[in-house]
Amino acid sequence: MASLDDLKKRIASVKSTQKITKAMKMVAAAKLRKAQESAERGRPYSEKMNNIILNLSNGISDKENAPKLLSGTGENKVHLCVVMTSDRGLCGGFNSNIIKKAKSYFSKILNEGKQLKIITVGSKGNDQLKRAYGDKIVENISFKESKNANYFDADKVGSIIIEKFEAGEFDICTIFYNQFKNVITQLPQAQQIIPLNNEEDHNNSDKSYEFEPDEDEILSNLLPKNISTQIFKAMLENSASEQGSRMSAMDNATRNAGEMVDKLTIEYNRSRQAAITKELIEIISGAESL
Amino acid sequence: MSEEFKIEIVNPEKSFLVKEDVLEVVVPAFEGEMGILKDHISIISFLKPGIIKVFSKSGDENYYVEDGIIEFKNNNLSILTSTIFSMKDLDKSKQGDLLKKAEEEASKAEISDQAKYLADQKVEVLRSIN
Repeated sequence: MASLDDLKKRIASVKSTQKITKAMKMVAAAKLRKAQESAERGRPYSEKMNNIILNLSNGISDKENAPKLLSGTGENKVHLCVVMTSDRGLCGGFNSNIIKKAKSYFSKILNEGKQLKIITVGSKGNDQLKRAYGDKIVENISFKESKNANYFDADKVGSIIIEKFEAGEFDICTIFYNQFKNVITQLPQAQQIIPLNNEEDHNNSDKSYEFEPDEDEILSNLLPKNISTQIFKAMLENSASEQGSRMSAMDNATRNAGEMVDKLTIEYNRSRQAAITKELIEIISGAESL
Repeated sequence: MSEEFKIEIVNPEKSFLVKEDVLEVVVPAFEGEMGILKDHISIISFLKPGIIKVFSKSGDENYYVEDGIIEFKNNNLSILTSTIFSMKDLDKSKQGDLLKKAEEEASKAEISDQAKYLADQKVEVLRSIN
């Protein structure tokens, strides 16, 4: 059995861990509120963008010559997967959930005999995927310096993707991120962004638009922007999810630490009492033998 | 009959401006300035760098934009833009920063004609603000 001194040390160490997790929870809660706000404020932009593109693509007269970003290359050989994770750890299942989702998608693609390319955004995802899919990772982007998700970072990722697309390096692009539902629930999402997947809502194009300049030109300008917008949306959702996930993970950790302190304290008291009783018995039996 | 319509300007971070009592909006569309009044035909167009002028009952406002898309439908004008500043907030130092950035961009050698045109436009507009 551990000595009294050891127990005392352990209690102290668990207590200081508890303090850290508690502080992290507080920080995450404050950050969460901010991240959630900006995620909600960012939604109108991406929704409107989506609407306009939907209207445009429905109105486009010449489907054959539609921009490739919209209709795809016509092939389905090389898949590019953009896995978006956090740069910091200690956030519960946040990263593992995305990775799990991504990995099952990867093995599906590889089983179908298609080629796979991966871009990781955020260092944690890179760390986890490096082992199994190291040779498939073509790019690793990390925004450790920027505090909050901002549009310029998203634009950087977007232009990398578009560059690769135009160089014909892949046919289909999918992004993986966590959608923020509430503090305890984050849904890992796989969203295809190239070619644009808009099978839903095909019948709301009752209005015909006037275009200036013509549709093709607008579309070919709009689609790259849309990629960045979708990535930005994913980044916002991700950062809200990350903080939410971290908050609940740290809440759990604090509670567990509390339970552990209780248990250790009981054990400490018991063994102290045992030592006292032992000494008493020794004294009494010593006195009796005299 | 009222002559008002609704305008909504959004940027990626937030909804920038929502106004219900707008009488006229002049936007720097790609092929020239365009004034929009109530019951304009549905239109989708691009913006080039320039000034958006919003005339409304509660006062006139001007905004500087660098790019964007506008959509007008059912008397709702939506403007999506990634870079927008209210002329009120655009002080000399900020304007100088933007101008410097635009000039750098315009003087790059390897950019496409379109990008060059847009950058030149930026420089021109920013200079004219003074």
